[in-house]
Order: sequence, then C-alpha cells, then structure tokens
Amino acid sequence: MATRLPPVDVVLVGFGWTASILGQELTDAGLHVLALERGAFRDTVPDFATTRIQDELRYAVRNELFEEPERETLTFRNSSDQTALPMRHLGSFKPASGAGGAGVHWNGQNWRFLPTDFLQRSHIEQRYGKGFIPADMTIQDWGVTYDDLEPFYDKFEYLCGISGQAGNINGAIQPGGNPFEGPRKRGFPLPPLKRSYGTVLFDKAAKEVGYKPFPCPAANTSKPYRNIYGAQMGQCTFCGYCEWFGCGNYSKSSPQTTVFPVLLRKDNFELRTHADVTRVLRDASGRRATGVLYVDAQGREFEQPADLVILTAFAQHNVHLLLLSGIGKPYDPKTGQGVVGRNYAYQITSSVDVFVNDIVNPFMGAGALGQAIDEFNGDNFDHGPEKFIGGGYVALWTTGGRPILQHHLPKDAPKWGSGWKKAMADNYLRTVSIATHGSVMSYRDAYLDLDPTYRDVYGSPLIRLTFDFHDNEHRMSKFLTDKAALIAKAMKPRAMHVNQREGHYTIVPYQTTHNTGGAIMGTDPRTSVVNRYLQSWDVPNLFVVGSCAFPQNAGYNPTGTVGALTYWAAHAIRTQYLKKPGPLMSA
Amino acid sequence: MMTNRSRTYAAVALALAAGSLCAVAPRLLARESSHAEIERGRYLVAAGDCAACHTDEGGQAFAGGRAIPTPFGTIYSTNITPDPETGLGKWTSDDFYRAMHEGIAPGGRHLYPAFPYPWYTKLTRADDDAIKRYLDTLKPVREDNKPTRLPWPFSVREVMAGWNTLYFKEGTFRSNPQKSAEWNLGAYLVEGLGHCGACHTPKNFAGAPKRDQAFQGGYGENWYATSLGGDLRDGLGSWSMQDIVQYLKTGANARAAAFGPMAEVVHDSTQHLDDKDLHAMAVYLKDLPPHESPPAKPAMTAGNGSKEDADRLARGRGIYLDDCAACHMENGEGIAGVFPPLKGNAVVQAKDPETVVHVILSGQKTAVTHDNPTGLAMPAFDWKLGNDEIADLATYLRSAWGNTAGAVSRDKVADTRSTVVAARTK
Amino acid sequence: MAVLNRNHDRCNEMNFIPARRRLLKAALAPSAATIVPVRFVSNASASVAEPGQYAYFTPVEFTWVEAAVSRLIPNDDLGPGAKEAGVATFIDRQLSGPYGRAETWYMQGPWKKGTKEQGYQLKLTPAQLYRTGITDVDAWCSKNGKRPFAELDAAEQDKLLHDLEQGDVELARAPAKDFFAMLLQNTIEGFLADPMYGGNRDFAGWKLIGFPGPRYNYVAEIDQYGKRYAMAPVGLLGRDGTRVKDT
Repeated sequence: MATRLPPVDVVLVGFGWTASILGQELTDAGLHVLALERGAFRDTVPDFATTRIQDELRYAVRNELFEEPERETLTFRNSSDQTALPMRHLGSFKPASGAGGAGVHWNGQNWRFLPTDFLQRSHIEQRYGKGFIPADMTIQDWGVTYDDLEPFYDKFEYLCGISGQAGNINGAIQPGGNPFEGPRKRGFPLPPLKRSYGTVLFDKAAKEVGYKPFPCPAANTSKPYRNIYGAQMGQCTFCGYCEWFGCGNYSKSSPQTTVFPVLLRKDNFELRTHADVTRVLRDASGRRATGVLYVDAQGREFEQPADLVILTAFAQHNVHLLLLSGIGKPYDPKTGQGVVGRNYAYQITSSVDVFVNDIVNPFMGAGALGQAIDEFNGDNFDHGPEKFIGGGYVALWTTGGRPILQHHLPKDAPKWGSGWKKAMADNYLRTVSIATHGSVMSYRDAYLDLDPTYRDVYGSPLIRLTFDFHDNEHRMSKFLTDKAALIAKAMKPRAMHVNQREGHYTIVPYQTTHNTGGAIMGTDPRTSVVNRYLQSWDVPNLFVVGSCAFPQNAGYNPTGTVGALTYWAAHAIRTQYLKKPGPLMSA
Repeated sequence: MMTNRSRTYAAVALALAAGSLCAVAPRLLARESSHAEIERGRYLVAAGDCAACHTDEGGQAFAGGRAIPTPFGTIYSTNITPDPETGLGKWTSDDFYRAMHEGIAPGGRHLYPAFPYPWYTKLTRADDDAIKRYLDTLKPVREDNKPTRLPWPFSVREVMAGWNTLYFKEGTFRSNPQKSAEWNLGAYLVEGLGHCGACHTPKNFAGAPKRDQAFQGGYGENWYATSLGGDLRDGLGSWSMQDIVQYLKTGANARAAAFGPMAEVVHDSTQHLDDKDLHAMAVYLKDLPPHESPPAKPAMTAGNGSKEDADRLARGRGIYLDDCAACHMENGEGIAGVFPPLKGNAVVQAKDPETVVHVILSGQKTAVTHDNPTGLAMPAFDWKLGNDEIADLATYLRSAWGNTAGAVSRDKVADTRSTVVAARTK
Repeated sequence: MAVLNRNHDRCNEMNFIPARRRLLKAALAPSAATIVPVRFVSNASASVAEPGQYAYFTPVEFTWVEAAVSRLIPNDDLGPGAKEAGVATFIDRQLSGPYGRAETWYMQGPWKKGTKEQGYQLKLTPAQLYRTGITDVDAWCSKNGKRPFAELDAAEQDKLLHDLEQGDVELARAPAKDFFAMLLQNTIEGFLADPMYGGNRDFAGWKLIGFPGPRYNYVAEIDQYGKRYAMAPVGLLGRDGTRVKDT
C-alpha cells in the first residue's frame, strides 16, 4: 500500500536537462516544484573531479555514469516477425542515470534543426510531390516552426554558453559560419573553440572540394562564461574526456554547471533522488493526472500527488511510463492506429578513417571540437535525382584519443599479435576520422511497445523496440559517406578506410544516444501523443518533454532542439496554462 | 503592509482628534524607531556574523550548540534566541551590553573570548541595543547550552578575570580625528563587529591577540589566515579597494577566491553589507602598513640552489602540470574570477604554508553568494598525493612565476594532514 | 554523436555475437550445469586458488590466460607485451569484480539465441565464460592429443587462437567466438587502461602508442600542429602509476 505524501504543484519525473530547465522556469513562476530522480545526486566535485574522472576503463568501458540494464533495459528486434530479446548490456546507445542525466556525459555537440526539418512532410510534398514520400514512411510536420522556436534556441544557447560562429543573422549570411543554418537573431554567446590539427586539415580539404566548412557549435566553453542565471563556467582545456565523462573544470554545459547553482538553492524546489517513478496516476475519469507512484531506495512505495505532472525522463523512458500507465492509445503497427510508441527514429552514422602523415595528437580534444559541412543536410540540396529523403552533416570531430576505444587502425591491420602492435604504434598519433551524421525518417514498422516476456526489477514489462534502417536511410547514408570520402581524399592521406553503415541496424556497437519519437508532437491527436506545446492530448495536466516528441529525427544531434522545445513548453505553461489550466489547443 | 505603521497612524489620528498628542507621540516614536532599530540589529548581526558560531550546522537559527575548536579545548556556542529558560529571553539590554562590552554574563559569569568580546567591546550602546532588539524577534528555541570541553584550569571561568586583566582592553570605539570619516567607519566595522583580528591577528600563548602585530596573519579554526597588511607578497598590497569590496561582496575577484572559514564569512556576513560599509572597510584595510620586507625564508630557485633543490622544483613542477593545470593553468594565472591565480597569490606565499597545504589536501568550495551562486570547487588531493609530493608541489608553487616564499617540508605536510583528518572525524 | 571507428565496432560486436553452435555428441558433452569432471583437464593439480593468491583465477587458469595474452600482444622489439604489462592480473581482478559478475547487465531469462543484431544473449557472466572457456579449450587440446594450451609452443597457440577467433573450434560448452572476442577485448583493455587496474604496467601500452595519460590541459599545445607532445605518461595515481602514497 503506497504512502500518500503531501501534494506539490509540479512533479518532474527524471532530473536531466529538461527537468532542470522546467524546474528553473516554473519555480520562477512561484510554483512548488518537486523533481524525482531514480539515480543518485552528482556534482562536479567530487563526482567529476579532475583528479579521477579521466578513467577510460571505469567510465567509457564499464559505463559507470549510465543506466544499468540490470534494473531497466529494453528488448529489441529489427522487425515484427522476430522475437525481441533484451539488450543485456549497453551498446548502441547509453542513457544516463543520476542527477543531470545525459547532460552530464554528452559531448556537447549542439545544433539547431533546419526550418524545413519542422515541415518534413509538407515541405517535401511541396518541393518534390506527394509521390516522393514512400507509403510506409510516416513522417509528419511538427506543429511548431523554426521561427516559433528561434527565441528558445537562443535561450538554450545562452544558458549553455555555446561556442560557435553564426552563419545566418536575420537572413544575412555571415562568413565563417554555417551558411545553411536557419536565421538567428544574434550570434553565439562565445566564439569558436581553438582549432585542433584534425579540424584544420578537414577545413582545408573541404574547401578544396568546394564546400563551406565551419566550426561546429560546441557546449564546451571557449572562454570563461557567466550564464543567464549567473552560474559560472570555466574554460575548456581540451582534456579529451568529454563524452561518457563528467567535466571536472566547469567547462562543459550541463545541468550541474548551468542550472543547479540557482535551482537547488530555491526554497520552492525539492529534489528527491533514488526515487524511481513506476506509474502516472489518474483520477476516475482518466483525464486528470493526480500524481505519480514511486519506489524509494528501500523499496517503499509512495504516492506523490501533484497538480501538474511532467515526464522529463529520457526519450523511451517517457514512452514506457505512458504505456505502463495506460495513457493514450498504444500504437498498433498492423492497423497503423494508435499513437503511443509510434514513429520511433534514431540516427544513421558512418565514418571514414583517414591515416594522415603528420602527428595530430588525438588525445587533445573536446567533445564538440569539430569542423563540419552542411551542404547535404535536410533539404539543403536537390533530392530529386537522388530519390531519398533526409540528409546529415559531415564533420571531423576531435573529441579525444582515449586508447582503448578511440584508436583507429587500417582495414588490413591484424587484430592481434605483433602486427597489431605495429599498426597501433604507426597509426595512433596520425589518424583522424570523418563522421557522417544522418537523419532517420519514421516508418510504420519502427515503434515502441511493451514486451510480452521480459520484465524489469519491479516486475513491469520492459519496453520493446522494433526498428531497422530502411533503404532510404542506407542510400542517404551512402551518399553522405561518399562526400566524406571525397574530403578524406583531398587530405592526401597515407591511407583511408571507409566504414559504411551496412545491413540491419544492430544494437551492439555504439552509434549515438539519439533515440527519438514514441510520444510525438503534432496538431492532430490521431497521429500524435502531445500537442504542439508538448501537452498530452488525453490528460491536459500532463506534459511529456524530450526527444520522444520528435516526429522523425533530423540530421543533427538532438540536444539543442530538446532544449529549445523545453523552454518553449515552459513558456506555454507559464503564459497560458497556469492562467487557465486545461487543453492549450483543440484537436 | 497593514501592521505597526498603519495602526500607529490610526492611533495618531485618533489621538489628534482627541487632542492628546503628547500621550501618543512617545508611543509613535517608540514603534517607528523600534522597526528601524530591529532592521539595524539584523544588519549588525549579519556584520558580526553571529550565525557562524551561534547557528549549528543543521541546527535551528541562533540556538547555539556549535563546537568551536580552540587551542585549549572545545567550546560550544550558546543559545541566543529569546527563550526565557535556555536563551536570552530574560536578559535585559544592560545584561546584553555587559556581555558584549565586558565579556561578562548575568551573575558575573565570565565568557570565554572565543566569543569575540575583545572586539565587540568597541560597539556603541545603541548598536548593542539594536542587536538585542533584533535577537528578541527571533523564534525562541528551547535548547540547553552544552558544557564546554576545556581542561582544568581553563574550565574555571574565573580564570578569565585574570586573562582580561592582562590582555583585554575594554572600551567603545573612539574616532581617530586624523583620519577620514570613511576610515573611521571602516575601523569601527573591522575592529568591532567584523572581528577580523580574531583570525587575522597573531595570538600569544594565552590566546590573546598581539595588538602590536594587528592583522599580520593568525590562526583560526585550523587555518592560517593571511596577513591583511600592505605587503605585496603575502598581504593586500597588490589589491585595489575595488578588489577588496568585490571579494567581500561576491566571494571572488581576479586575485583570490574565498574558501574555508572565509567562504562562510562572505556567505553569512559580508555579502549582506552595503557598498558604503564595504568601501569603508576597504579604506581602512588599504591603510594598514606592510609589516615585513624580506620574506622570513627566501624562495627556492632552480638556478641558484643545489642540485637537490633543482630536482625538488622539477618534481614539484611536474606534479603541478600533471594535477593542477586543469584549472590554475600552466602559467599559474588561473582563470580570472573563476579559478584564482597562484602567481602572486598571498595565500600561496603566506608566512605559514599551512593554508595552501590544507587546500591541496582537502580541496575547497568557494563562497556561494548572490552574485556567484555556483560555489566553484577544487577537489581533494589527499588520496592522490603523498606528503613528499605535496611538499614538493607547495615548494614549487611558492617559488614559481615570481613568487618569493620559502620551501615546505614533508613534516609540515604530515602535521597538516593529521590536523585536517582529525578535524574531519571530530 | 559521430560513430566510432570500425575497430571499436569490432570490439563490441565480436565479443557478444552468439556463435552458431553445432551440437556436440552427447557422449562428449557434459551438461552445462555440471561441474567439469577433473578428467577433462590434464593438469588437475593446483586447481584451487589459495586465499590471497589471485582474485578470481586458479593458478592453472592464470597460467592459461598469461599464455594467451602473451600471444595476443607479444613481447617484441616494439616493447613489452601483455604478459609483461600485467594484463593477466588485470583480467583476474576484473573478473572478480562487478564486471566479471555481470552485475549491471540484464541477466534474467529466458535466454534465446538471437540474431547478431541483438547482441549478447548468453546466460554466462564474463567470469563464467572465462572459466568455462579455459577448461573447454584445454579439454579440446586433450581430446585432440595435444598438451594443455599453456604448454603448446607459440605457433600452435597462435593457430588455436585463430581458430577460436573464427569459430573453427568446437568447444564443449563455451561458444568459441564469444570467448575469444571477450578475451581479446579484455586484453586490449588491460594493455591500455590506467595502470592502477593492474595492467599497462610501467605504461607499456601507452608508451607503445604515444598516449601521455590522463592530462587535463592542452591549451598551449593543441595548436602546435604536427608537433609531438613531449611529456611522459602519467597515470591517475601519478607518474609511477601505482605507487602507494606515503600518507
């Protein structure tokens, strides 16, 4: 029997980026906000201290900062005719556990989506005709536009202290920036990071091929920074331990560095850690959330009543909660009906290893220290002759040279023995890698639902992922990889090795933690779970915030857009919902 | 707000109407000055940082019970809430003034100078009264005072009578007519409620401040508090007045960051003072003379010393580059306002290297203030570096980048380590 | 997030692909649940570790692993190999800890053979996979008229390792490819992890490739393009790597 606790105004489920932003915004509005986090509290010192954080085995190989599949994982299959089996240890993606969420361990690669990305269906139809979109591709417009989100992209960038070079300010193309980006009102808060050798080589080669490379926007501070809340950040020193590690000198944008200093001190904010939310509770009508059920560290069950419930856990965890709580109609791929679990998408990536002549010191790096070209992202080029939809950026990132996982060897190098030693000695210091980062559209047969067999530690069904790459994504990815190879060739390397993404999607090698969809946003409750303000169509006092809202995934890392959507939703709650609680738009 | 003031006006209006202004006026004045007085008292309590001792960690506001370590044993702060049985509820203003001014509680009971009455003696009666009025508004907490843990004879309070005779100069602050009004305001604050000398002035064997060495560096709560004099090397000589104001108000400036007990002082006390008062304190502090020209022990140099010295500095430099450059940068300049510079740093070059060794061992968190909410932190190195290594490192710091302070011995590090560990486990 | 290189993919992929197993004849295959009969291991003495000797391995197992890792990363003119670098000790310690026990992995049943895209689906923890694999390999040697693995000459060891890698050897219980993949991955980890974990002794692995260890500040060096970084490797516990501090 769950113990009933005193009510709060707002309960946030999961304490990462989205919860930190919403916590800050809604406490500013005078509400009493409670965040429930299943993991532990973490802060720069002692948890990410410079004295101990650069430990590749502990954090990158043994996954100390991430969720443990033992407690909760998902089952996976490529297609509905297979039996889904558990992802028994982390591979393709690494969600977080603990305060700060994935905002602690991300690289800091921070982008805006393109204006056309938000009009994925209508724009493609308009430019290429309705018949251009395959029947089983269930892409949708988002219900918000780039212009709607622009001020909130800006706010997130100034929250974080993004280092970058603007490419388009109010329609005027700026030299040195991304000429394809959507128009921004002003530049980045910080200038671009100092360049590593790899990015310099890429820049030169890309220009030779005829492209317009630019420094990638980075949530690694190029200078000391004081953000919009007065929180203080240091300056990135290129330690090369960004992704999968916490930052020890306050130079990576995270909830810890950007929001915690002001949020955690507020009297009207409370954080409870080791609080694992298992259900969203509703009243008898089913149309009002009354709070959540959670289990504490001792295993005791509590009911936490709240006037406003916001799911701010990682993408598929939000979807999982909706399904377990019976909120919204679950998606059925056979009929195409239902919405919860629909339109799951991901990222398709590939790379070209470039074995150069000079020493490039790969261990000097930062998570978002990179140079990119955007000619082939979104609809920045004519897809007519190519006959695929989507695109991505091509970039050379110098994120680090951690010896166990970040060494590159030529294709013909032996996998062990003296030959392996020699290949390592010859290549470690003189290799860079060009990456392609491609979009994944949504399909009728890519979705999330509940597994019939496997259970989590609470005995609840695990979430089941059914997903594969389609021909569209493979052809698009090959297209991008060919461009990457062109640039690699222009670098005049000793050798190069193309790692094309081929065959079925596999859960085994790490690719990205860019899981999207399953609780998508839109303007039609028949094809979306939340409306354009991320408010549940079914339960107006429930919001679901995160990349689960993306109707399909674009060719950029998602965090910037997640941040913008969160500020957008917070704004809607503050200026509309709180004044008049109820549905913010009609179906 | 519909409180005293409104009711007062109403009373006045009535009284006027009734023609008995005289009867009303003193009450009107009393209520008006009472509110202002209480606010003044609140401000003075912040300036005096009473909470630092009288509010225990995790305890109720001003209810005492906090352990104050002294070289003679441990004293526990008292309950100064207005509880009649266990606090100051039954104290009159005279009682309170006597405690602040003479160090004597009702019944002739001597107080220990861990309660800084040797500094608070300078306060005017009016200010003491204001403090008492403010304390009277606090929530009364029933909390018995803990007995002190002092060995005999210090456990006998009458011993303090002798101590007072020898070392205590009672007396309200007297303006120095040779100095500006602002200097005098600063002096009143620094020498009075600020009680900065309680840590920053060296003490004699009896724990009394050496008045002739005022603010030349002293000890407080297992830390060495730097000199506040005008020395360039280990004082405030290179600080501007704005540097001092910024440090006290925000907890950091381009030269230093407040940590340890000073982080508490800034957080609880000086960040709440207004700019006028902070500037006055800066005027006073900048007027303190330098006290020492050549350092007690010269810095070690790689060029002029023995091979052993050169090796030592090389080792220290290696450790610095391996472990410290992440924040303090290779050139020792840190990042302005974020990570303090070690180059030209008064704490690094202090006469007693205890503080810099302490910081290396246990790390630190800087002051959290309204202007600087982050509380930037340095991690602990006690598990990572041995005594030899810390000695080498500290020696390097004290002679690198133009710093001119002497070497640090392994024994000093070992002693500091034991003190730090002991303080943690208390 | 940019994809990692192919070799990383290989590290993860090859370890946990369930190999296609051909059923062994019942007479030769003990049931997976039984304890291995002593007769399957020719060197039956010293099969139990004394307390404090190793964290997980028996002496026989430790010798086996040392022999294997010294072929995977040999001592040669490029420098010390995995054995000299303490990789067997590294693996021993890892298997005795949460990794060896698969503490953070989802180890609930039912266990089914999945597609290679579905990853590791064995019921065995890493520690169990090693114990089973080592015993099975020596049993295979015995069955094929060979001395135990650790006593074979280098060329024979290499051949057997290659065969395990390809799955061309039928083991009684452990899937050969999975076992080899895990062994190789752990060997590379042990050769290149911080020395405080027992391997990469004297920074042997880092010196081979030119990695200077966990250093935090390259602001001055990052734009010195093409210049070799001069500082010697340092570990998380300092330049000596594993020295106990005189505290």
